Amino acid sequence: MVLTVASDGVVLRAEHLGRSVPDKELVTDANFDLRKGETLAIVGPSGSGKSSLLRLLNRLDEPTRGTVYLDGVDYRQIAPRELRRRVGMVMQRPFLFPGTVAENLRFGPRQRGEELSDARMEELLAGVLLAGFAGRDVANLSGGEAQRVSFARTLANSPEVLLLDEPTSALDEEAKREVEGVIRRIGSEQGIPCVLVTHDVAQSARLAERALVLEQGQVVRTGAVAEVLRA
Amino acid sequence: MLKSLFHGQLHLGLAQAAVAALAALAVVVAAGRRGIHLEKDLAIAMARGLVQIVAVGSILLLLMRGPGWTSVFLLVSMIVAAGATSAKRAKGIPGAFQVSTWAIACGAGSTIAVMTLLGVIDTPITALVPVGSMLIANAMNTNGLALNRLRADVLAHVGEIETALALGADGKTSVAPYAQASFQASLIPAIDSLRSLGIVWIPGLMAGMLLSGARPVYAAIYQFVLLAMIFASSGLTSLVSTLLVRVRIMSAAEQLLLRPGA
Repeated sequence: MVLTVASDGVVLRAEHLGRSVPDKELVTDANFDLRKGETLAIVGPSGSGKSSLLRLLNRLDEPTRGTVYLDGVDYRQIAPRELRRRVGMVMQRPFLFPGTVAENLRFGPRQRGEELSDARMEELLAGVLLAGFAGRDVANLSGGEAQRVSFARTLANSPEVLLLDEPTSALDEEAKREVEGVIRRIGSEQGIPCVLVTHDVAQSARLAERALVLEQGQVVRTGAVAEVLRA
Repeated sequence: MLKSLFHGQLHLGLAQAAVAALAALAVVVAAGRRGIHLEKDLAIAMARGLVQIVAVGSILLLLMRGPGWTSVFLLVSMIVAAGATSAKRAKGIPGAFQVSTWAIACGAGSTIAVMTLLGVIDTPITALVPVGSMLIANAMNTNGLALNRLRADVLAHVGEIETALALGADGKTSVAPYAQASFQASLIPAIDSLRSLGIVWIPGLMAGMLLSGARPVYAAIYQFVLLAMIFASSGLTSLVSTLLVRVRIMSAAEQLLLRPGA
């Protein structure tokens, strides 16, 4: 049986989402919506459960209570591999696989038996300002370039939602600006809604329309980014 | 020198064991001075090993007169004990004992069964149990190496594995590079044994066969047969064990269960 809830422009909805491990409540009763084309920032101090919450959204970790609806469908009804293709994730570090940039970009589509065309690959690389990088060995990339390759690799799966786990925290200022540019373009040109985890309040103001503040695993404020960060 | 001091075989054996244990203790003392403390582990391992081998020797003496099925009982017991021993090298891997026991049963058990049916291993208990135990012991070592390496590699590459999962890969694909590496690494001792056979070492079985009057060429060929069987059973054990672990460390929803602190 497929369980659904009304969508109303909501792409992703977390309902009473929580996860606890022995002796610790990582996320407690999180409720929020992600709408088409928007970027939602999850902010909070270190250890507040931001990354734990993000990992529940593509089911890299199993919720111990509540669930997530993707396009109105309870995500437990969607095969995990298909769910993760549709809800892409960029991690804090790029974790590129050994080999070339092209091999990294082909990885996702190959998991479902598809081959990424050369034209699509160049389009993806141009989108992250790395046109002509397909044949490069990933061992020779800078930190910023590697992170932009990881964006292109995730986008090669044509995700409907993008989860970004502190994607600039390990980068220097210049690389950080380049990656922020990529995130803006993904929102404005491709309209892919993003959930951005960041400890950088200024970054959330630059990139997100709405924000959600997490403290000790609990959502304490949510709303328009300017209002939430002012409070 | 010892032979002139001890005349009975039992006394001589105990004296030889004491001298060999002293050599091992000297290494432990040297390691202890460098801050590496193996005293407790070695004392327990040596005491256990001595008691076990003397007990098995005594049981073998009794069973040599028993019916043929007793060798099957002994070999199955050895497989279970080997599974328990090598599972200790895989802390944190869910169901390590079951994985190890099944892997050793598939690898060593099937090799022993097939080779016995084909007449490569003789059926009398005095031949089947010692040869079978060599295959089981080597399979146990290989399995321990494979699980230990796989566990360490997975824990060191959680980010890469979860990145693959996040890109839509299944659990087996995500862990495959580390399972392959651990399989290869676990077989290095077996390959090196085959490679250096007769050049670096003349193994015990061959020496025993020569002492008991077998022709040197047949003893040499049979030693090769034994090492080839060890390689086959160890390889199969490692293959089964890494395949089973790949499944065990993932949940039904393709989530990595083996993580630091998990």
